[in-house]
Amino acid sequence: MTEDLNWAIGGEAGDGIDSTGKIFAQALSRAGRHVFTSKDFASRIRGGYTAYKIRTSTDRVQSVVDRLDILVALTQRTIDENLDELHEGSAVIYDGERSWDAEIPDEITAVDVPLKSLAEEAGGAIMLNVVALGAACELTGFDVAYLDEALEKRFGGKGSKIVDNNKDAARKGRDYVQENYDLDLGYALETTDEDYVLLNGDEAIGMGALAAGCRFYAGYPITPATNVMEYLIGRIEQYGGHVVQAEDELSAINMALGAARGGARSMTATSGPGIDLMAETFGLVATSETPLVIVDVMRSGPSTGMPTKQEQGDLNMTLYGGHGEIPRFVVAPTTISECFWKTVEAFNYAEKYQTPVYVVADLALAVTEQTFSPETFDMDAVEIDRGNLLEDDQVAEWLDDQGHFRAHAATEDGISPRAIPGMTDGAHMSTGLEHDELGRRTEDTEVRVEQVDKRNRKVETAKAEEEWDYREFGDEDADDLVVSWGSNEGALREAVALLEDDDVPVRVISVPYIFPRPDLSEEFEAADDVIVVECNATGQFADVLEHDTLQRVKRINKYTGVRFKADELAEEITAKLKEEVPAQ
Amino acid sequence: MSSQSEVRFTDFKSDKQPTWCPGCGDFGTMNGMMKALANTGNDPDNTFLVAGIGCSGKIGTYMHSYAIHGVHGRALPVATGVKMARPDIEVMAAGGDGDGYSIGAGHFVHATRRNVDMTYVVMDNRIYGLTKGQASPTSRSDFETSTTPEGSQQPPVNPLALALASGATFIAQSFASDAIRHAEIIEEAIEHDGFGFVNVFSPCVTFNDVDTYDYFRDSLVDLKEEEEDHDRHDYEAAKGVILDTDKEYQGVMYQNENSIPYHERHGVTENMAEIPDGAPENAMDLVREFY
Ligand SMILES: Cc1ncc(C[n+]2csc(CCOP(=O)(O)OP(=O)(O)O)c2C)c(N)n1
Ligand code: SF4
Repeated sequence: MTEDLNWAIGGEAGDGIDSTGKIFAQALSRAGRHVFTSKDFASRIRGGYTAYKIRTSTDRVQSVVDRLDILVALTQRTIDENLDELHEGSAVIYDGERSWDAEIPDEITAVDVPLKSLAEEAGGAIMLNVVALGAACELTGFDVAYLDEALEKRFGGKGSKIVDNNKDAARKGRDYVQENYDLDLGYALETTDEDYVLLNGDEAIGMGALAAGCRFYAGYPITPATNVMEYLIGRIEQYGGHVVQAEDELSAINMALGAARGGARSMTATSGPGIDLMAETFGLVATSETPLVIVDVMRSGPSTGMPTKQEQGDLNMTLYGGHGEIPRFVVAPTTISECFWKTVEAFNYAEKYQTPVYVVADLALAVTEQTFSPETFDMDAVEIDRGNLLEDDQVAEWLDDQGHFRAHAATEDGISPRAIPGMTDGAHMSTGLEHDELGRRTEDTEVRVEQVDKRNRKVETAKAEEEWDYREFGDEDADDLVVSWGSNEGALREAVALLEDDDVPVRVISVPYIFPRPDLSEEFEAADDVIVVECNATGQFADVLEHDTLQRVKRINKYTGVRFKADELAEEITAKLKEEVPAQ
Repeated sequence: MSSQSEVRFTDFKSDKQPTWCPGCGDFGTMNGMMKALANTGNDPDNTFLVAGIGCSGKIGTYMHSYAIHGVHGRALPVATGVKMARPDIEVMAAGGDGDGYSIGAGHFVHATRRNVDMTYVVMDNRIYGLTKGQASPTSRSDFETSTTPEGSQQPPVNPLALALASGATFIAQSFASDAIRHAEIIEEAIEHDGFGFVNVFSPCVTFNDVDTYDYFRDSLVDLKEEEEDHDRHDYEAAKGVILDTDKEYQGVMYQNENSIPYHERHGVTENMAEIPDGAPENAMDLVREFY
């Protein structure tokens, strides 16, 4: 049967679904298999349906599909929610001794395992999920020994007894299936010698920040960005840094701004509602020319929207948000590994250009875990560029006749020298009011224009100096072009393969830079059809691309709260290509 | 700039002429702050001033130091960030009663409870000055303003009580025109290890004809005077004077001798501005954690 296995565990929030899923994912990763996880979770802690899904293969996997092979169901709802994805070769593991009579369609193999009783035998009912993992191992031909490492990682801190009990629980699950069922579903999970790491987008952002020398982080908890803060706490201290859980997002961004003015590499992360609250200070960051990284992990909006659901609806807010006109950079990772690398880049842009830099990730990137070879995050390749941060003895070059430091000197490239507290003679004032070169308030018409132009000039400089490139895949000679941003790249990569099988060649461009961004005019010109794929209702990225290229595009928009799947995208692209081209 | 030993308070003066109304209390408040900074051995290159928005917030322009003039109400979080990044730097925040107790009230509570090592000076004129005379959180309930034509009918906020309730470790009040005492009190706030909060009566001569210089001069009771000899370390005594709203007190109401500032409590000692040229040594360990 297929090498590609789709496994899931589902139940009520609070049932330990997440940690159980993670243990299995880690075991698969330890066995040298690629893993791609996704989560269905409701916005409540207890009582909502929640599931953890794993797609695993010896090849690289980077999207979700509409198929489920092995399902561990702790509730009937788990079965109902996934009926569409179950097929004849699927098996459902459940506990018939528990109070519900599982309704499972006949064609699907029902594997009734007394999860709870076996867990109690192993030392406690709490381990019933681990019993289920053991059962799943048996059904998939996966050696239960790989679970051991993951169990040690998970429970090692709680003592060897707990670890041993869990290992025992897993074996009880495996043995039960072995002894009571004579099944051959045809799955035999191969293992390899590869060493993979398994992490999600939020963790990759946090790791990128640490690699880039971030020392200060202030944030306020919000789904799906909280993990960034949770990752940094406990790790940033080892580099002399600190995380503050602020009283709100207004405070968070202002604290981060303060630390940046003190000279630290500083960051805050939030999601849409928090970005709204930060908008006022965002303007201050830009006019005071403070280097700051602001992460927006998008969730479904507007207002509190659907906090645990996928969307790419904040592009306009990050691109245009804030009153007045404000220069800013917006980078948007398209993969989990890019969450790391773009965060590193963001810190460099922030300091080189003395601007706020948005790192815009989406929920699907943030909560999804994926396997990578460790070299993907090659720390030796991390470069740190602090831009025009002066050495103590350089300050004198930037004083005016009266000995004042020209913190906002209107240089040709728009980038000024930067002095931080403690530097002799660098003392200066900065303000959100329009100001002169010295940072002092002004309403002088000429100075106003000079400072606005100076700040905007930084963008021109960056456009010329940096490579605002994109990633390309599919058939480079194809007549039709698909453009995407954010997490859709994974599903598109697989969609392209499906389309190729159907003889529908397309060229795909995945763009990690929203502003500045690559000029796609020539690519658009050369293509017959251009389709822009994004998880929002109005096509925010399509709008800016139409504006850039003066060319109409077709759009595929999904705003159900669920990410794109490869097969669904392949179908939609085929259908779109048949539609008439919109009027120019 | 001058080396520490020869710092004079005028070193903290910028060459911008204040645009405050002649007679505004903010002149006196600022002079006292500059004197206190100089007297405590600071100089402009190791001082960071965060200013609020309002007439009071203009102070950032008239003083000379590393400084930022932020957005309305957010001076304290900015100052917190500066102090975290730079425990080696003297941090001061200053703003008005509207800035601090209205739009910034939440931050006031939390900066206080965190006990961040900074000095916070509020120029309390019991009115919104810059926006031309609306009621502020410290305005008297019967004070008629453009937005409260019949008075607010709400009791004013008691900032000292708010601070006490938030776990403040240093609470003081001064009067801008009592130059010597005012500077002395700010100096004590600077020297306090933790959040040094000083509410300064800083009259607005343009929009407030109730809480005037004369009013404060006549009603002020100094806690240091003999008959009011007050033990600032006695919490109950502090509570007594802070909750006594019949009198206008000057002096240090409360100081906690066991104050441990936030950064020390959290072991933040390093100058966070210094980072290596590349990823930290052993950074691959961060990756291996995900095995
Ligand atoms: C978000 C926001 N809302 C409103 C204002 C307008 N505003 C500027 S100063 C101020 C009140 C200042 O009062 P206070 O803090 O008492 O300072 P004072 O001028 O009396 O010194 C207001 C409401 C603003 N700048 N920003
Ligand atoms: S309006 Fe009032 S607070 Fe503002 S400068 Fe004039 S006197 Fe001072």
